Amino acid sequence: MKNDVNGVALGVLIFFFLAVTVIGFLAARWRRADNALHLEEWGLGGRSFGTWVTWFLLGGDLYTAYTFVAVPAAIYGAGAAGFFAVPYTIIAYPLVFLFLPRLWSVSRKHGYVTSSDFIRGRFGSKSLSVAVALTGILATMPYIALQLVGIQAVLDVVGIGGSDSTNWFVKDLPLLIAFGVLAAYTYSSGLRAPALIAFVKDALIYIVIAVAIIYIPYKLGGFDDIFHKASAAYAVKNPATGKPRGSLTVAPQAQWAYATLALGSAMALFLYPHSVTAVLSGKSRTVIQRNTAILPLYSLMLGLLAMLGFMAVADGVGKNIKGYNGQLAIPQLFENVFPSWFAGVAFAAIAIGALVPAAIMSIAAANLFTRNIYKDLIRPNATPEEETRVSKLASLVVKVGALVFVLSMDKTVAINFQLLGGIWILQTVPAIVGGLFTRWFHRWALLVGWAAGMAYGTWKAYEQSSATQSHFGGNSDTIPWIGRIGYIGLTAFVLNVVLAVVLTLVLRAVKAPEGTDETSRADYTAETGETEVPPLAPEPAPSV
Amino acid sequence: MVTAARVAAGICLIIPLVSMLWVNSYSRLTPTFIGMPFFYWYQLAWVPVSAALTYTAYVLVRRDARGRNGGAAK
Repeated sequence: MKNDVNGVALGVLIFFFLAVTVIGFLAARWRRADNALHLEEWGLGGRSFGTWVTWFLLGGDLYTAYTFVAVPAAIYGAGAAGFFAVPYTIIAYPLVFLFLPRLWSVSRKHGYVTSSDFIRGRFGSKSLSVAVALTGILATMPYIALQLVGIQAVLDVVGIGGSDSTNWFVKDLPLLIAFGVLAAYTYSSGLRAPALIAFVKDALIYIVIAVAIIYIPYKLGGFDDIFHKASAAYAVKNPATGKPRGSLTVAPQAQWAYATLALGSAMALFLYPHSVTAVLSGKSRTVIQRNTAILPLYSLMLGLLAMLGFMAVADGVGKNIKGYNGQLAIPQLFENVFPSWFAGVAFAAIAIGALVPAAIMSIAAANLFTRNIYKDLIRPNATPEEETRVSKLASLVVKVGALVFVLSMDKTVAINFQLLGGIWILQTVPAIVGGLFTRWFHRWALLVGWAAGMAYGTWKAYEQSSATQSHFGGNSDTIPWIGRIGYIGLTAFVLNVVLAVVLTLVLRAVKAPEGTDETSRADYTAETGETEVPPLAPEPAPSV
Repeated sequence: MVTAARVAAGICLIIPLVSMLWVNSYSRLTPTFIGMPFFYWYQLAWVPVSAALTYTAYVLVRRDARGRNGGAAK
């Protein structure tokens, strides 16, 4: 592997980084509102984004640098099983079409900034809203850390990642600078910064994918050759386990895992705090509905990107290197096949692809902390100005936390937590999605279901071992009673729902007290202009 | 409220779900397309199909809502 600095590629990378930094700071002036101190301004971009800005923002948000590195890396490692990301993003949009517009409408009507705000308003339960908020924060932190892993992979391949012999400060300096700058413009511009930078990021990504999907097969002798070579490489048996490395199709015994992973991930995708933040920044219900129809364009890009995993195998990336880090496979493939300057463009696409979601995630986690922990539990009388100040500070704390996480702990810890994060977020589905359609569920039943799902999912994930790890080795396990291997998160979700239903029946029979519901049926279908929507909605009365 | 348009929209949304979760129906290598095994190009082909179905559902639901508002919206 080359370890010297690739000067041209590095120059191009620095150029794009400087460009987005300027954009990030200028974003504060973009569509500036009169009341810049309200949390809706900093944390939701004033709820003003139209169809295209929302499309770029959501695309920049959901398809992260980690996705770009990890999805092809999974294909590179095992073949077809890693392709589940494609059906996952295909079924996500028909699913969210059903509930996202309702979440947007009710949030607009009542001034909700986070999904936990909605839970508190709908069920009148602080404990349930805090549970949802904590789940969100816990799942988001390692996700931010993984964006840094994406940047690190690029820096390593460019040759400024440093070797083990260099002093840690020199080694991590580029990452520290990148993150310091990111923190500064997120602090000053809020959600407007990633919204503008997302344009640059997506343009770069689309260019790189379009070129890669034509140029690389041309250089490697066409898809026929690529799949033949990959097929041969996957058939090689691992001397330690005696099993082949992977396969080009999914064998019958692995199909449940493939389908449940796709379904479970699709259900969780839009409940991540950063997805909710981007959705609520849309200016109308129509914007959200339209986006569920045009966002699949990114899925197509993701599918083509996944193909790069096969190309890396066919190109012989990491061949004969023992314990090769699959996360480096795609950046390394770019460096091997592209001329230096274009490799630089591709690296910039990945690095900027890390900055956009990292900014949105830190804003989302900060909003959750401010609205559902600080305001609900510590300072119920906080003014909107104070909320904004706390949220800005919290966004800094979250980022520093992620940085410490990455620099002090092994990368696998962040990956394990991200795996757990998906399982955890799925456990908020009954409360949030259920709550959007019905008030039937009892708040205490939902809380117990959530706790059971969290505990079961965490325990089962902990029990999985792999060739390299004794715990958190995978996200699939035998499904009780069905006996097939399936996604742990979905099994935990079923347990969660069953408990919520049974306990609701019991609690209703004993007439347990229900919280007050401040929403009404019409709130869930309200369109801007149709009903009176005040620009800055009054705060809901504090509930117990 | 159950209307014909809403049922049609629901069907549009359910088709991609069922076809993607039925993994056994597409987990094979042939026929290939420009050298790509069936498994891959089939799933990629579903991206635009599913987008078109979701868009159809959006149009159906919007029309349905306007019809009920007495055509008040533009």
